[in-house]
Amino acid sequence: MKPDDIIKLAERDLNLRRSYKYRINVCCSSGCLPFGALKVLKEFQDAVKEFAVEEECKVARTGCVGTCYLGPVVVVEPGDYLYQNVTPEKAREIVREHITKGAPLKNLIYSNETFFKKQLRLVLRNAGKIDPFRIEDYISTGGYSALIKCLTKMSPQEVIDEVSASGLRGRGGAGFPTGHKWNFVARAPGSPKYVVANLDEGDPGVFANRTLAEADPHAIIEGMLIAAYAIGAEHGYIYIRAEYPLAIQTLKRAMKQAASLSLLEGDILESSFKFDVKLRLGAGAFVAGEETAILASIEGRRATPRPRPPYPATSGLWGKPTLIQNVETLANVPLIINNGGAWFSRIGSPRCSGTKCFSLTGKVKNPGLIEIPMGIALREVVFDIGGGIPDGKKFKSVQVGGPSGGCLPEDLLDLSVDYESLTKAGAIMGSGGIVVMDETSCMVDTAKFFTDFCVDESCGKCVPCRVGLVKVKNTFEGIIRGEGKVENLALLKKLGNLIQETSLCGLGQTAPNPVLTTLRYFEDEYISHIIEKKCRAGKCFTSHKEASRK
Amino acid sequence: MSVRTIKLKIDGKEVTAQEADTILEVARENEIFIPTLCYLEGLTSLGGCRLCLVEVKGSPKLFPACSTAVSNRMEVITNSDSLMEYRRMIVELLLSERTHICAVCVANDSCELQEMATELGTDHVRFNRKWTNHKIDSSHENLVLDPNRCILCTRCIRVCDEVEGVHTLDLKMRGKDSQVIIDLDEPWGASNSCTSCMKCAAVCPVGAIYIKGKALSETKDKELPEFVLGRRCR
Amino acid sequence: METTKKIRLATVWLSGCSGCHMSFLDQDERLIELAKKVQLVYSPLVDIKTFPEDVDITIIEGAVGNEEQLNLLKQVRMRTKVLVALGDCAVTGNVTALRNALNNSAKSVLERAYVETADMNSQIPIDVPKLLEQACPLHEIVKVDYYIPGCPPPADLINYVLTELLSRKTPSMEGRFKYG
Repeated sequence: MKPDDIIKLAERDLNLRRSYKYRINVCCSSGCLPFGALKVLKEFQDAVKEFAVEEECKVARTGCVGTCYLGPVVVVEPGDYLYQNVTPEKAREIVREHITKGAPLKNLIYSNETFFKKQLRLVLRNAGKIDPFRIEDYISTGGYSALIKCLTKMSPQEVIDEVSASGLRGRGGAGFPTGHKWNFVARAPGSPKYVVANLDEGDPGVFANRTLAEADPHAIIEGMLIAAYAIGAEHGYIYIRAEYPLAIQTLKRAMKQAASLSLLEGDILESSFKFDVKLRLGAGAFVAGEETAILASIEGRRATPRPRPPYPATSGLWGKPTLIQNVETLANVPLIINNGGAWFSRIGSPRCSGTKCFSLTGKVKNPGLIEIPMGIALREVVFDIGGGIPDGKKFKSVQVGGPSGGCLPEDLLDLSVDYESLTKAGAIMGSGGIVVMDETSCMVDTAKFFTDFCVDESCGKCVPCRVGLVKVKNTFEGIIRGEGKVENLALLKKLGNLIQETSLCGLGQTAPNPVLTTLRYFEDEYISHIIEKKCRAGKCFTSHKEASRK
Repeated sequence: MSVRTIKLKIDGKEVTAQEADTILEVARENEIFIPTLCYLEGLTSLGGCRLCLVEVKGSPKLFPACSTAVSNRMEVITNSDSLMEYRRMIVELLLSERTHICAVCVANDSCELQEMATELGTDHVRFNRKWTNHKIDSSHENLVLDPNRCILCTRCIRVCDEVEGVHTLDLKMRGKDSQVIIDLDEPWGASNSCTSCMKCAAVCPVGAIYIKGKALSETKDKELPEFVLGRRCR
Repeated sequence: METTKKIRLATVWLSGCSGCHMSFLDQDERLIELAKKVQLVYSPLVDIKTFPEDVDITIIEGAVGNEEQLNLLKQVRMRTKVLVALGDCAVTGNVTALRNALNNSAKSVLERAYVETADMNSQIPIDVPKLLEQACPLHEIVKVDYYIPGCPPPADLINYVLTELLSRKTPSMEGRFKYG
């Protein structure tokens, strides 16, 4: 296949797509599957045959549109009518009324303007719109055109410069400027070079990367190809956790299809650029998402991090220069190449361009997967997109950044979502988890919960993280048993700072965030636990007899 | 190939070094003390104990001296108040992690953790100690593995792998549950791979692996393999 | 200048082997100097049964192993200005705390000592203070001001710390002590 063939294929498939009057997109992501999405899909396929509208209505299996709280979700084009909680019976009704008679079923349609209005879907541009199992779907929506542009019109350095100009920063959490990183790897001596896509999303309650892989796998692959072209890499790995079977299946299929169109393996589109990708499955350790731990795991060793420098950019896989990027970062790349770095840099906030995907969960009316422009206020995320707190309860706190994110109070809701503001407030961008808590949540209990998680996930290599976190956990257990002392709080802070400052990798360095931020913003709750032995939210002390028996 | 000689400052003292040297090597050459536990000359650096963390002027981060290369005009601080406090706390954490009772330990008077506590003035431990009851493996003819005293520095694992070339020892589990194991977690006495070279006992900074029937302070010089002589942190 | 009032010193023996008190006595002739400055108001070495009020310095040997000791320690803390933990048992729990790793530690050690290994009249004693489930160092119960580790701490170190305290200075422990 040559570039022209891909362009022809795109045109052909686009015409096919246009030949349908209607298109029914049935979300079959991990969010909707448990609600019976596959049965709904089957019913739609049967119904269009039965009502003889096969010629004018395409039923497509797609990825997630983000409204995971409404599953199974079905979107009917044109008009983007979003049907919620679709059952096989409703599916039949939709075909009968909407497709054959052109009358949308108003009572089944979900119309929540605010959920979508404040979002900006760039990374998730195709999510819910294309069939992730058909490469033609991706190509017909402009997929792989950025790769063609790179291969035919741009030098590797021009690609890097474009990415630098975009101001794109790593979406894995640390926010390192992507262009810089590419330059480092491109200039590092040694060959072969590697590209590693990080899809080891180990945070509880976070599912942004999974959704991306399930909905639009080729965006990741195209991003990797462009990165590889820019830095001169020949081999790539996608490191994905084994707990994501659908994402793995989707990626495998996508890689096979890409290879069949000579978009992977061998000479890419008959150019001199060669690149192959392998999948590596992680065994479900949170720490394996750390970049040096990923490398160890890919090499077949224990997934433990190592000190940096040397950075993977100079000494990564098997000691060779290696580019490690989160899949969300990579999925941005084709857009930047197609629309230009300057275009991208105007999106979001000045220091922080582009968008960020978040898994919005907890006590909000609309939990789900969202993508927001950087710089938007947290308040808009919680109250506009999230729809606020259900059941008339009061907002208490929002945790940003996954299990090691900080818990922020109401006063900080006007904080802008960008790397610097979040870090300053004690939270992190992290992998993109936002958990909203209402007045029924106890902040002491919350901090304990996340500490317990980090204790379990610490790899044990460095002392502050391995032992320090256990001591934090023990202190919490003491407080919840009613044995807490006020002096404990000063020691907790010291311990938190120690773990933050001296731990070997990001896991330890961020693990104390929930403790430190709750101590900073909700100290009164600790005091009432210690002095009055009372938990205002009623979470602690009740089960304390049970806990002590353990 | 020529190695570039560079200049840097450690605690205000101007020193020269070779480009690929680590901060720790340069400091030791110049008799500047940086505490270590998991580091051992001749083995790859782990960077795990975090005792050798130092400040480098111009960076907000701390760097492990054992695995950070020096660079020209670098200014290193090894003994700031906050570093000392961190180190004391790390020793406290180690002392409270498992059962460390010096009075009844085979390594008493010859233990690097004990020495580190003295050196840093860790005269008490603010955290509740955990009293562990891990199974002791004494099935080997000459060697004993007592996980209750282990600080997981992995020197034994590294020396077994990198110097003896056997890799009998490794870790199982992770985090607080990590433990040094023999082969695939089998009794030491049943190991086919172990060459009984005793290097593991020689490099153990504490009393977790030791030679049967003798206090560590007795066995030290005569019976230790040449490799470790003079390399233990003093 | 009028000689100042003597410092009221107490020493307490909890769950320990008395080795630390032996080491205290090993200060030998320096004890005579010490005696000029202090009045020993409570100690296993003297015959006073209740812990007095208004003690300036109390040195405690041993870990907290039973309920009587627990109560005594709390009383000592209330009646003492400066509390010094003497020896590894008081500082870390040491040998006394070895039983902590056992399940039902109090019961198992009692069974072992008074039933399993008894030659005659095997029974768990009932008229003695109840063992705590976990033996623990002093500072897990009360605030401790100074620590002198060692098993036992050498007489010189005890003397150094006391001399410093008596001249109202803070002893510096770095490099001076050793656990075990």
